[in-house]
Amino acid sequence: MSPLVFLVVAALTVVAALTVVLHRNPVHSALGLVATMCLLAVLFLGLDAQLIGFLQVIVYAGAIVVLFLFVIMLLNLEREPRGLGPSVVVGAATTGAAGLAVLIVRGLTGGAPPADTTVEADFGGVAAVAERLFTAYLLPFELTSLLLLVAVVGAVAIAKRRPS
Amino acid sequence: MVTAVPWLRWIVLVPAAGFLFQVTAGRRWRGAVAVVGPGVVLAALALAVAAARQLDALGPGAALVDRCYTWLDAGGFRADAALRFDALAMVMTLVVTGVGFLIHVYSLGYMHDDPDFARFFAYLNLFVTAMLILVLADDLALLFVGWEGVGLCSYLLIGFWYAKEENAIAGKKAFLVNRVGDAGFLLGLFLLARTTGTLAVDGIAAHLPALRAATLGGWPVPLLAALCLLAGATGKSAQLPLYVWLPDAMAGPTPVSALIHAATMVTAGVYMMARLHALFALAPAALAAVAAIGAATAFFAATIAFAQTDIKKVLAYSTISQLGYMFLGVGVGAAGAAIFHVVTHAFFKALLFLGAGSVIHALGGEQDMRRMGGLRQKLPLTFSTMAVATLAIAGVPPFAGFFSKDAILWAALGGAHPAPAAALLGYVTAGMTAFYMGRLLFLTFFGTCRAAPEAQHHVHEAPATMALPLVVLAVLSAVGGFLPVPRVLEPVLGNAGPEAPLGLDVLGAALGLGGLALAWVFYVAQPELPARARAALGGVATLVAEKFRVDELYDRLVVGPIFALAGLAARGIDPLIDGLATSPAVLTRATSSTWRRLQTGNVQHYAFSFLAGALALVGWYVLRR
Amino acid sequence: MTGTTPLSWYLVLSALLFAIGTVGVLVRRNLIVIFMAIELLLNAVNLTFVAFARARGAVDGQVIVFFVITVAAAEAAVGLAIILALFRLRGTTNADEVATLRW
Repeated sequence: MSPLVFLVVAALTVVAALTVVLHRNPVHSALGLVATMCLLAVLFLGLDAQLIGFLQVIVYAGAIVVLFLFVIMLLNLEREPRGLGPSVVVGAATTGAAGLAVLIVRGLTGGAPPADTTVEADFGGVAAVAERLFTAYLLPFELTSLLLLVAVVGAVAIAKRRPS
Repeated sequence: MVTAVPWLRWIVLVPAAGFLFQVTAGRRWRGAVAVVGPGVVLAALALAVAAARQLDALGPGAALVDRCYTWLDAGGFRADAALRFDALAMVMTLVVTGVGFLIHVYSLGYMHDDPDFARFFAYLNLFVTAMLILVLADDLALLFVGWEGVGLCSYLLIGFWYAKEENAIAGKKAFLVNRVGDAGFLLGLFLLARTTGTLAVDGIAAHLPALRAATLGGWPVPLLAALCLLAGATGKSAQLPLYVWLPDAMAGPTPVSALIHAATMVTAGVYMMARLHALFALAPAALAAVAAIGAATAFFAATIAFAQTDIKKVLAYSTISQLGYMFLGVGVGAAGAAIFHVVTHAFFKALLFLGAGSVIHALGGEQDMRRMGGLRQKLPLTFSTMAVATLAIAGVPPFAGFFSKDAILWAALGGAHPAPAAALLGYVTAGMTAFYMGRLLFLTFFGTCRAAPEAQHHVHEAPATMALPLVVLAVLSAVGGFLPVPRVLEPVLGNAGPEAPLGLDVLGAALGLGGLALAWVFYVAQPELPARARAALGGVATLVAEKFRVDELYDRLVVGPIFALAGLAARGIDPLIDGLATSPAVLTRATSSTWRRLQTGNVQHYAFSFLAGALALVGWYVLRR
Repeated sequence: MTGTTPLSWYLVLSALLFAIGTVGVLVRRNLIVIFMAIELLLNAVNLTFVAFARARGAVDGQVIVFFVITVAAAEAAVGLAIILALFRLRGTTNADEVATLRW
């Protein structure tokens, strides 16, 4: 994607992320999260990751954030009087996070930039991902299905209302 | 010549078995204790008599030996657990078991109502065992075992009625003062072992030439060793300056005072020096020291006895004084005469103590002579036996004390190592002895009875178990002087020397009778005289009455500083060591109480540490290149 | 290389999102919002993976993102169930008020 488009999308993503973190109404934070997901999906599409992009929207924005909203409604959470912790904590956290970000960028961009790669048209499509998924990553795939089963059972067991 | 006799050990083992019996089964079988207690001592006496007869059959200079087992064998030094029954050991053993048996019988009556009856006989049996080990030991190391054993029993028996704190303190005092002497004793033993390589009696005898020539740091070894051993004897036999424990030891039951602190244990020092007389003979300076200490102590103790009002304390100082005579005998080379005096002294001093016990028992516990008097008619047997003993100790012929005391004083004048000054002191003390013993007799049995009315009401003569030993000892005190003890001991202790000239005999007898007569004047004929004499002497009388304040002096010089040092250690060093020991715990608690505050329970705080860790790791990884 | 936007730009964005998510986890008091910030962290990582996948021409990066999404779903389910149970017990979702497992 062209750099200009990228910059616009990137700016919007940062704003959405800040909304998640800074807004005092949890529902607004959830909406911010949805926005972040969708904007990231756009970025994924720009990176020739079509399957992943759609999965991002369907699973993340469509299921997970909805789950968040369900819980917020269930607990009837309200706008918090003061959302953030003490300013010392805020200052320390910001400094630390910023430092971490700098280090990460340093670390990841240290080497020579990779050569300009061209990919086939099918790159990032269902067939390509599936081919990798069911051959080299078959075991993790099966384990993940087991994980999902465990999560379902666990969530139900934990959240069940105890007979009083 | 030396003969091996394997059954000698039973002389020691039978009383030991008695002790074990008392300790285990005695508490429930009081009747059995009454039989076993004196019985084992009687058995030991019988065995001793049998051994004496066998020894006699072997002729003069013989010895029966029983090597039980090898005790120590390390690096060239060897000590056997072996017993030797020669003339000297025979005399001592017969005295210990004989007089011991009589005192055991006496105790049946005296301790009859005491709830700790079995414990008493257990300690008595243990004492007899240890004392027999002491006198029968063929090796100085084994002798020291007996030495310490009798010291232990003395402590146990002085503090027998430990519920009363002063009794326990007296026991401690005896033990600690003895310890001072024992330190000297051990140094002497070490010196001997180092020079001769052995502590066996015959071994040392064989090494005498080597000992004569040996020196240590410029000083001759025999002199050093003898002085060290003298220190030990001074402690055990209560001579200057280590006599202070004996008067306090009167806190124990009277049979204990009779057996341990008159007849047997306190003579152990004399016995030890007699056993090693050949070593002492190599160091005339040491002998002179022995004689000087003996004479000085004899005189000093006699002066204190003048003013004592407790009947047992008078006898205690009398014992110290008579022990001084024995030391004098050893110091002038007349060890045979000294042992002779040990024997006669055992008879009459034990009798005096037992008689005093009878008086105390009759008066329901009264020991102050100012509250006695006029008991002659009410306690006839006690009186007559104690009168015999008084005559004996005063040195009136033909009673026992006359012969032994005269032998010592004659040797001091004209024997192997004469000491005329000591002899003079000895004669003066003889007169003093007669005086204060007469005082004791007259205050207790003559005049009007000054006891409390209810005590007078209950006065009764001693029961048979207490009376019989009194009679036997009275007979021995009367005729014991005719026992040929010095002659019997000649093979071991050397020539007894010529008989004393008649003039000195008369002098001795005169001093004895004169002293008694003077006491009669002061305490029967003109009872107001003592008070006038006290007034005339003023301050001196007070000083004497307070036993020259020696205990107070020791308190300030020795006991005080030691307590201060102990206090210093307790307050200064102990907390330091405790601190070191508890420091791991304190440190752990301090650090953990700081570190555990990390566990705040707040998840976000934990997340913070995640961040910190991530920063550190990533930072290190990234900035490395 | 993707069009004309360099790889490093994607990485910078991803780091930025990660930082924002970190701050959110550390600073917010509401447990649910903290959870959302965690999802933000995961998404930042997803972006990194996809960017590298395209840059290297290997689909494996996208397969990993596939798994990340799945696991995030499972984790969200269980985590929210826990928050629910906690709310029933304590009546609050304030992180400061559920700090009882402490020294």
